[in-house]
Amino acid sequence: MAAVTGASAAAPRGRTAGARARRHRRLRVLAFLSPWLIGFTLFFGYPLLATVYFSFTRYDLFNLEYVGLTNYRYLFGDQDARRSMLNTLWLVTLMVPLRVLFGLGAAQLLAHLKRGGGLFRSIFYLPYLVPPVSATVAFVFVLNPGTGPVDHLADLAGIPLPDWFNDPDWSKPGLALLGLWAVGDVMIILLAAVLDVPRQLYEAAEIDGAGPWQRFRHITLPTVSPVLAFAAVTGVIQTLQYFTQAMVAGKVAAGQSDQPGTQLAPGYPGGSTLTFPQYLYDEGFRQFNMGYACVLALLLFAVAMLFTLLLLRQFHSFADGEAS
Amino acid sequence: MRTPTPRRITVALAALGLGLTSACTAGGGGGTGGGPKTDEKQTLQVWHGWSADHEVKGFEDAVDGFRKLHPNITVKVTGNQTDDQITNAIRGGNPPDVVASFTTDNLGQFCQSGAWQELTPRLREDGVDLNMFPKAVQDYTQFKGRRCALPLLADAYGLYYNTALMKGNAPPKTMSELTALAKKLTVRAPDGTIKVAGFMPSVQYYEHTPQHIATSFGVKWLTPAGTANFSKDPAFKAYLKWEKDLLDWYGYDNAKKFMRSMGQEFEASNPFQKGKVAMAVDGEWRTKFIQKEAPALDYGTAPPPVSDDRAAQYGGGFTLGTIMGIPRGSKHAEAAWAFVKYLATDTGSLVTMANALGNVPSTLPALSSPGLKLPAQFGTFLNVFKHPATTTSPSSPNGGDYLVQLQRFVQDEWETGKVKDPDQGLRDLDAKVDKALELAGG
Repeated sequence: MAAVTGASAAAPRGRTAGARARRHRRLRVLAFLSPWLIGFTLFFGYPLLATVYFSFTRYDLFNLEYVGLTNYRYLFGDQDARRSMLNTLWLVTLMVPLRVLFGLGAAQLLAHLKRGGGLFRSIFYLPYLVPPVSATVAFVFVLNPGTGPVDHLADLAGIPLPDWFNDPDWSKPGLALLGLWAVGDVMIILLAAVLDVPRQLYEAAEIDGAGPWQRFRHITLPTVSPVLAFAAVTGVIQTLQYFTQAMVAGKVAAGQSDQPGTQLAPGYPGGSTLTFPQYLYDEGFRQFNMGYACVLALLLFAVAMLFTLLLLRQFHSFADGEAS
Repeated sequence: MRTPTPRRITVALAALGLGLTSACTAGGGGGTGGGPKTDEKQTLQVWHGWSADHEVKGFEDAVDGFRKLHPNITVKVTGNQTDDQITNAIRGGNPPDVVASFTTDNLGQFCQSGAWQELTPRLREDGVDLNMFPKAVQDYTQFKGRRCALPLLADAYGLYYNTALMKGNAPPKTMSELTALAKKLTVRAPDGTIKVAGFMPSVQYYEHTPQHIATSFGVKWLTPAGTANFSKDPAFKAYLKWEKDLLDWYGYDNAKKFMRSMGQEFEASNPFQKGKVAMAVDGEWRTKFIQKEAPALDYGTAPPPVSDDRAAQYGGGFTLGTIMGIPRGSKHAEAAWAFVKYLATDTGSLVTMANALGNVPSTLPALSSPGLKLPAQFGTFLNVFKHPATTTSPSSPNGGDYLVQLQRFVQDEWETGKVKDPDQGLRDLDAKVDKALELAGG
């Protein structure tokens, strides 16, 4: 009986000690994680939660009024939101792949240069260092059909050029061109990846009779695919947040200064440069519809997550396929 | 004691987040009054948006009069402040005591949200006679009867004409005269492209926005209920028709080509200053730019022409201006009111600033001050400003979005010919603007 009593007394003690150890372990883990946890909660968790909360309100930056799903309902009939989504989608589906391809091409070229590699790397990278506002202003002026030197030279050569930033059909290709000009960020990481491919793989492939395209397709591409995935994912996220260049290009091409006190319709010409983040900003800070702007922000977040997951899945399946 | 589970932690964090969210939206508190009396020693923080050296100096010179009048008050002036900075300061609970904004269209939001204090009780208490401001000025400093701003200088719009290019013709008084003269004075190259434009009607020409030009047709921007009025007021259709007819006479592609070669509005390359345009509607500030950038230009000014059915209204035009108020949470509201009242009503200060900045002084007594030393052509803008037919565009709770939507409609759909039926186009525009107003609680 006593033994039974002793055993029954010992068991809870053992369980308590084990639980205490587990709790200590958990606390230790939490302590190590706390810098990240605090940062994540304060700078991501709280803003996200606040955005969700505000999205159900009419919030003019000072006063809150609960309006239920009104902001969400407004989104469905909002033509400007639709137009800005389509513009951003255009940039994501065309500008991002073009930048990655162009960056990879430039990286391949630079990796195989026998001489002047450093010089050409600098030449390719330098445009990326130009502040986006200056670069965009310069681009719009240079491509201006009335006063720009490119048009003048093309005129002399008898080549008709489009209206670029004054034509709704050409303004986005103009922005894509600007993106390609400043491809230094993508080029530099892809160049590092290309230079990192083990030489012996190429040598072995050459011995097996593989040509340049086969070496590129079966050695370079699979090896650099994680970097390509990174470039694509960050490119998509950056382009979903595309703001400065589109706004500056529209305003400079319109020939109107954004003087304090003026109300300019964003997205010149014809709403073609109105990107989703620009519209979000306009709603939140120029029209004081912060509640609705929060709905747009949540949509942007969801789309960015979706794109990222899809891209990662695609790249993983490509890498797995190559490995097998 | 129960161990917190991850679910409980999540719930607690969510509750904390919501609590913080609610707490952070209140704008940091702050009442509308309180603080030291005007005769106590204190420091007043004043924010304005001017940034150029001559503008900043002009403001400081005007403030000097207040400093002499109230030696116990130290006035600290900070320039180059935008509406975003003002809004953030108010929301943060530590705003300046006095703010000035160029964005008159935002007044609706400032008043409706309570971000700027209601001034009516103070005006009444001090017996300030609002009739010292023209009717249009009284309109653009209030929103739905709530007066939360006073004016601080104003802009008036008029017709500039290049004397040489006018070839002896008198400035037009009606839109028909303007159209006829614009055609007469236009010079084209053999291929039809425009070398000199008599008058460029497109809304893409700098200040020729619907806000400035449609006023000549006597448009009523909003209904008494504050909703869009584009399809209900025939003046909008008359404006659209006039604009498109003249633009089509130039040819849309020709006009676009001409406008692409114009350069920027606030640079020496401005086409009016370069003699590429015979007539243009612009603000009074252009006189200052011409003085500086094209001193040899021989030009005149006149009130903007009006639609033929409104010939009796000739002399009036469009006006808007800088607004000044006391933000919610001002810690020296009494002294702030003394400052706002002084700067908005004191003739000497207004004349000092008007001379320095090249703007219209915003009270009627200041308009006739002998201290005004501005170019001869400036007189037109003083006359337009005080004319009883001069109007403004009313504020809305969403930053004058209706004006942006109209500009976009004319620029993207009407001028390009995408919309053929103006009635339907204006009805669609009304619906769009009203939905946006409803979203903003208007």
